[in-house]
Amino acid sequence: MTAEAVWAALDEIPDPEIPVISLVDLGVVRDVAVDGEHVRIEFTPTFLGCPALEVMRRAMEEKVEALGGEAEVTVIKDDSWSTDRISPAGREKLREAGFAPPAPRAAGATTLVQLQSKAFRCPYCGSTETRLENIFGPTPCRSIRWCESCRQPFEQFKTI
Amino acid sequence: MSERAQQLLALADDELILGWRDSEWTGIAPTLEEDVAFSSIAQNEIGHARALYELAAAELDSDADALAFDRQPGEYRCAPLVELHLMDWAHTIARRYLYEEADRVRLDALKKSDDSELAGLAAKIDREETYHRLHAEMWAGRLRDEPRFREAVDELWPYALGVLEPEQRPELARRVGLTVVDARERGEHTPALAELWDEMTEVRRSAPGATW
Repeated sequence: MTAEAVWAALDEIPDPEIPVISLVDLGVVRDVAVDGEHVRIEFTPTFLGCPALEVMRRAMEEKVEALGGEAEVTVIKDDSWSTDRISPAGREKLREAGFAPPAPRAAGATTLVQLQSKAFRCPYCGSTETRLENIFGPTPCRSIRWCESCRQPFEQFKTI
Repeated sequence: MSERAQQLLALADDELILGWRDSEWTGIAPTLEEDVAFSSIAQNEIGHARALYELAAAELDSDADALAFDRQPGEYRCAPLVELHLMDWAHTIARRYLYEEADRVRLDALKKSDDSELAGLAAKIDREETYHRLHAEMWAGRLRDEPRFREAVDELWPYALGVLEPEQRPELARRVGLTVVDARERGEHTPALAELWDEMTEVRRSAPGATW
């Protein structure tokens, strides 16, 4: 078994809540180390309260077992995951599915002025005439915005 | 118990109990947006509590659920601020605002800790708390000139100081524009905690050792 084969297998696992993108696209797999049948995966979670984390972890273990290996998933609880880890392909898949991908992480913390600015593009019509409707949304990772051009709400990935 | 474990439990208990209180608005908040916001904030706070309990559990040879639910009310280390049962919007927002400001002072210090595990987790938590602070800032701005909100802030101010260590309190006072007074300290719980504990641990106590 090679690390490449494990990466390819993990890339087949859909995100449990946003199944259009894979765990690899989401950037939660930080490292894969293969030693014979033993596979060590460093998993860097998104939001700490996300209920999908356990599902992701089990799915990774099952994938490795299906390859004939034995997985050891280490959860990294530091600041290493950020929305900047979502791959360009993952961002495009999010947009196609109607989720506005996260803005790039800035040097300082996000401010209300930034969230209320017109820097956010509607995933449906591409307009930047959008406004913040709610900082919070259906899951911890999303906000709700409203597009003034096509007059419908959309989900905006938070930048963290 | 080591000083580190005590500190982790105090942090985790604050987040768990406040998360529980925040969740009490689910379904009955003044607007649908706030229903969603309070539910999401509660979910985040309880997620932070779990990660902090896991760090403590590794040291105490326990697990996160046992630390969260199997202790007696007197063993919790949370600050009285998070215990209060506040089903009034002015007080609820005053507490969220004061807690988030206090938590920011505390997290800034923890991020610089020599304990790399704790510093890393504090940095991750802080990133999520940014959105809680924006929510609190937005509401505090809206209610700033409302007498009920000002009174609620004044009433909860000694409790907010009790979230922090004495040396961190001047920084909080500077941030919110108030002066340091005698704090409502950690250690002696309010009667509200025992009521909350009864409800929070009821299922777990009714079926000891059950897993779902």
